[in-house]
Amino acid sequence: MNKIAKISTFAVAGLAIAGLTSTAQAVDLNVVSWGGAYTASQMNAYHKPYSEKTGVKINSIDYSGGLAEMRAQTEAGNVTWDLIDVVLSDAITGCDEGMFRPIDIDKEMAAAPDGTPASKDFLEGTLLSECFIPQIIYSTAFAYRSDAWGGKKPTKMADVFDLKNFPGKRALQKKPINNLEWALIADGVPLNEVYDVLDTDEGKDRAFAKLATIKKDVIWWTEGAVPPQLLADGEAVFGTGYNGRWFSAIAEEKQPFAMLWDGQVLDIDGWAVPADGKHVDEVMKYLRFATDTQRLADQAKYISYGPARKSSGPMVSKHATLGIDMAPHMPTAYADQGFLTGFSWWADNGDEMNERFAAWLLQ
Amino acid sequence: MADDLTQGGPVLAADGTPLKASLNKAMRKNRIRALLLVAPLFIFILFSFLVPIIDMTFRSVDNWQVGTLMPETTKALAKWDGKDLPDEPVFVALIADLQAGAESREIGKVGTRLNYEKSGMRSLITGSARKAAKLKEGPYKPLVLKMNKRWKELETWTVIKRNTSPYTAGYYLNAVDMKYAKNGDIVRQPENRRIYGKLFMRTFAISLAITIVCVILAYPISYLLATLPLRYSNLLMIFVLLPFWTSLLVRTTAWIAMLQSQGVLNDLFVFFGLVDDANRLQLIHNLTGTIIAMTHILLPFMVLPLYSVMKTIPPSYMRAALSMGANPVVAFVRVYMPQTLSGIGAGSILVFILSIGYYITPALVGGTGGTLISNQIAYHMQSSLNWGLAGALGALLLASVLALYMLYNKIVGIDNMRLG
Repeated sequence: MNKIAKISTFAVAGLAIAGLTSTAQAVDLNVVSWGGAYTASQMNAYHKPYSEKTGVKINSIDYSGGLAEMRAQTEAGNVTWDLIDVVLSDAITGCDEGMFRPIDIDKEMAAAPDGTPASKDFLEGTLLSECFIPQIIYSTAFAYRSDAWGGKKPTKMADVFDLKNFPGKRALQKKPINNLEWALIADGVPLNEVYDVLDTDEGKDRAFAKLATIKKDVIWWTEGAVPPQLLADGEAVFGTGYNGRWFSAIAEEKQPFAMLWDGQVLDIDGWAVPADGKHVDEVMKYLRFATDTQRLADQAKYISYGPARKSSGPMVSKHATLGIDMAPHMPTAYADQGFLTGFSWWADNGDEMNERFAAWLLQ
Repeated sequence: MADDLTQGGPVLAADGTPLKASLNKAMRKNRIRALLLVAPLFIFILFSFLVPIIDMTFRSVDNWQVGTLMPETTKALAKWDGKDLPDEPVFVALIADLQAGAESREIGKVGTRLNYEKSGMRSLITGSARKAAKLKEGPYKPLVLKMNKRWKELETWTVIKRNTSPYTAGYYLNAVDMKYAKNGDIVRQPENRRIYGKLFMRTFAISLAITIVCVILAYPISYLLATLPLRYSNLLMIFVLLPFWTSLLVRTTAWIAMLQSQGVLNDLFVFFGLVDDANRLQLIHNLTGTIIAMTHILLPFMVLPLYSVMKTIPPSYMRAALSMGANPVVAFVRVYMPQTLSGIGAGSILVFILSIGYYITPALVGGTGGTLISNQIAYHMQSSLNWGLAGALGALLLASVLALYMLYNKIVGIDNMRLG
């Protein structure tokens, strides 16, 4: 790297971090996560028990996703984050760029209570990067206002594209990922052929053409808090959103929404360890604790995301304050109705599809 | 003293040192003191403003990845004529680089860089690096060609060779909706990928619209503020400044509650029978919403310079014009308004330049119609991590703002701009 870049990223990162470290002198580990109810669930299930057990203090830092700050810290050679909660796609990118440390999962992570090694205990298809320890399975799923069309209720994801029977605005996320897949599935492509079709030029055209049929009725959102709000205000009748957000709207706020699990896109969120972090040994100990079977099951008491370990599944119990049985609110309970995003396809085609999607929006 | 001067000897100060040296000493002290006073600001601007701008601009042409992380391939490809697939030596170099890159875990950076130029390069590079780690004996050419069918495409090699150069125009080409064709010629992007040109035009058009609306709205308010007795105008001033003291996000969210189709404004329209309940107006998540919300946020930047200029215009000028027989309209247009031009200029430049860089408000209320170029810059900074493209877009934006500023200087004259 050139010198100017180093100095300046150092300056920028330094300014950003100065505010954080000044209040955190006694802190041992800086753990970065998404904030809100999600961080609260991690504090209750992981941070507090670990601090009680070992005396290590966990300083929780909020961020809004993406790897921009992580990259700035790495380039500046001054990494102050010890552990970061990332979505799988970011973990893959960061791993490819050498920002994250590869983890030997069987050696460094705890086995299941029955002795199954960690690599066999995490759900199939979740260990997609050597730098990534899965934590929860979440999904991006549709929900709808149950009072929108009298007694009629949508039963399948393709109904979102049916403006005649289910009129009204749809709140969709403003990015091509997932939307193109849904368009193809609604157009009749079987789940397991979606990426084969999308890999061809005709397939891409077909996906955009199908999306175009509802384009004028779409409100595009960028922040996860927006779609439940749009439905609550009656601005939209359908919306895509993170299942945890829908859960709090439905179960905690008693909004008249219902889930449409059909076509849900499962995604994985988990931990990555910055390669140049200052407390790698300590953080690996913490990580071993925080991703064991009991801890992952505990987290599901506070938030409706499915634990990433098979052995945690049967241990999921009731919500800590609402007393609701959490099992039916886990996206993993409806896994057969959904699919896993094709990360490798998007890694290759994301740059191009994002431009094409932006151009399509402008048309 | 007079003797000294006539003799041409040095003029002495009271303490006997030459006056010139003594003066210099005092001046130097003053200069150092002045320098120390401005130093904090200077250092702050240098590190928080100038260095990042220079750094980001440098990133828009920097192309270190292939040359640094694949040095052998770079050397071997220098002699390649680009007509057929390269020969064995290039493949030997490629395998050496891929193995080294997999070892240092930096090869992904090459994949990321090349993927900007051609989709699929990311998995080609990272996948091949993983496989290369297991390769032992050559000849490598047939082995590599078997790894991935993309290695058989001439374009793959053209892209790699082009990016062995330490500097690239690729990001700027991307930023003006152009690209390298398969044969290396520079061509326009296909229709369905042209966005940045449109977004630049839209950004300038929307900013201009906001500026004009701001002038129209701010002029009467400022006039009122400048002419009312102080105790009323102070109260009014607070109303103007109130938005300044409210969080940007709160204001933007408030506009969502006001303008959405089940919102306050539409409810009022329906109540008074202005619109039908089934056909509520779409005032937000489109261009209208962007212009309304941004005008509200930027209005104080127009009111304040206008007010301070109007405050300095003596009311006697208008009275004089009127007493000499001009009717009120003529007096206002020909005597009062020309004196406020400097305020309009200052306010317009402030509002225009601020609105060019706005991205939070358009992101929240803009929908698809209200997206601006700054939203794309933010996207490439935060999400896609394509900092080279973000740098190129930012540099183009900066250059066009400077060009507009110079144009303004030429037509209106920057000396005529007054903030008070």
